[in-house]
Amino acid sequence: MRLDIDHVAKLAKLPLSKEEKELLEPQLNQIVNFIEKLNEVDTESVEPTFQVTGKTNELREDVVAEGLTQDQAIKNAPNADDGYIVTKGVFVDG
Amino acid sequence: MDSYLTIKDILAGYKEGRFSSTELFRYYKDRIARLNPTLNAIITNVDHQHGDFLASQNPLPVIHKDVYSTEDVETTAASNILRGYIPPFDATAVTKLAEANFITLGKANCDAFAHGTTGENSDFGPTKNPYGLEYTPGGSSSGSAVAVAAGLSPLATATDTGGSIRFPASLTNTVGIKPTYGRVSRYGIIAMTSSTDSIGHITRTVWDNAYVLNKTAGYDPHDATSAKVQVDDYLEDIEQGVKGLRLGVPKEYLENIAPEIEKAYREKVDTLRNLGAEIVEDISLPHTEYGINVYYIVTPSEVSSNLARFDGIRFGQERSHFGAEAKRRIMIGTYCLSSGYYDAYYLKAQKVRTLVIQDFAKAFEKVDALIAPVSAVMQPKLGELVNDPIKNYMLDVLTIPVNLAGVPSLAVPAGFSNGLPIGLQIIGDYFDEKLLYRIGYALEQETRYFEQTPKL
Repeated sequence: MRLDIDHVAKLAKLPLSKEEKELLEPQLNQIVNFIEKLNEVDTESVEPTFQVTGKTNELREDVVAEGLTQDQAIKNAPNADDGYIVTKGVFVDG
Repeated sequence: MDSYLTIKDILAGYKEGRFSSTELFRYYKDRIARLNPTLNAIITNVDHQHGDFLASQNPLPVIHKDVYSTEDVETTAASNILRGYIPPFDATAVTKLAEANFITLGKANCDAFAHGTTGENSDFGPTKNPYGLEYTPGGSSSGSAVAVAAGLSPLATATDTGGSIRFPASLTNTVGIKPTYGRVSRYGIIAMTSSTDSIGHITRTVWDNAYVLNKTAGYDPHDATSAKVQVDDYLEDIEQGVKGLRLGVPKEYLENIAPEIEKAYREKVDTLRNLGAEIVEDISLPHTEYGINVYYIVTPSEVSSNLARFDGIRFGQERSHFGAEAKRRIMIGTYCLSSGYYDAYYLKAQKVRTLVIQDFAKAFEKVDALIAPVSAVMQPKLGELVNDPIKNYMLDVLTIPVNLAGVPSLAVPAGFSNGLPIGLQIIGDYFDEKLLYRIGYALEQETRYFEQTPKL
């Protein structure tokens, strides 16, 4: 077992049931074995490619532009109150 | 009214006064109502006020893949986690098509978040192949391909991250473009793999396909990866033919392919030769086989990052509502990017990606374009591969290298075996879509497979 499913699920903030873990664990290890085929390839003197068309960071002009209204921005939030999105407490429960 | 109108037919029909826009749109609405319960290609219908399309001059129908944000129309990416989500804005491609008189009929089914190759990862149930209802139409743009193949719309938008346009197009006798990375804006399209996501579309004919790219291509300040490269007129030389073009047969793409696919492919290569193209055999792209392994590191890694924003706080449901494939990809990606593993997986994959890119660069020193099969296997039956992630992944083995390199590829019909469609892809150098359309059009005029519509 190479992939520690509980540790990775915690990093991903992904809640998994016991049944899901039992199903996923062998599949994930099968996938890890599959991608490790790349170890066959010698990449000693090869540079990585992250952007295929050669673009580099692009900055826009620092000008005020129209965006979403507050109503539009929060209309899909499952829990909103008085123009704010309600979340669970970060430092306290609740 | 003819069941299988193309965009070109509709434009001519308006010009000649053969039907009104009201008649046309009523026709498509009725056809969707009759056939969609069987096919499951469309998961959200858009109801129009009469005035919507009457206000537009010569309106044309379009169905958008459900990963395209559509203002005030539910957009779920075919995943339960986004049920009920109503975007407050349109994707740039949606805006551009609306400006070109395309009116949205509905949203197309797909593998949830475009993760998949058979359409079966949709939380709305699988889409059926109109050429054989027990077969997959391919994915992830399953609903888009079927909507066009079954005549529910002459145009459906789609996305191709590892083959999600070309694979379903080739399984449904339709034409699909995977443009150069950055040719069409990604803005407003739910991100999967940001470094390979390509925004394209599916039509019945090559002419229609070129017509639509003329509308969607171009730089967009909202997408910093979109290219500031001049947009060609893709219809301009479409009838010029293939005489004098050098077309390559990539030998690694022909290893381990089904005999009926090889036969259809070889016949089409002969057709192109007879039309005057110079066929160059044995072009080698030696890293082709590793594309799939690179992809299944790069994609889950970028997926795990892109899906991190689905926290159920600002929109959507809690993370437990992701489907099984999204969970697999989040887990693999998180693992590949986690401390101590980044160099071994993500960085290693991006180095092999460089080798895949160099393969294409060397090939395009010898030929103008490559002609290749899209799929190595005939249509799997629905349910056949559903519990085997690796076999599912392998379906994209011949489409993925194109995405890793970012070059364009056009999938066109290449024939049938036992009534099931076979496709081929024409792969070009960066921003060479115009050439791909020219080759595809020449082949299509000779073969006319688009006339072989499904029996529905």
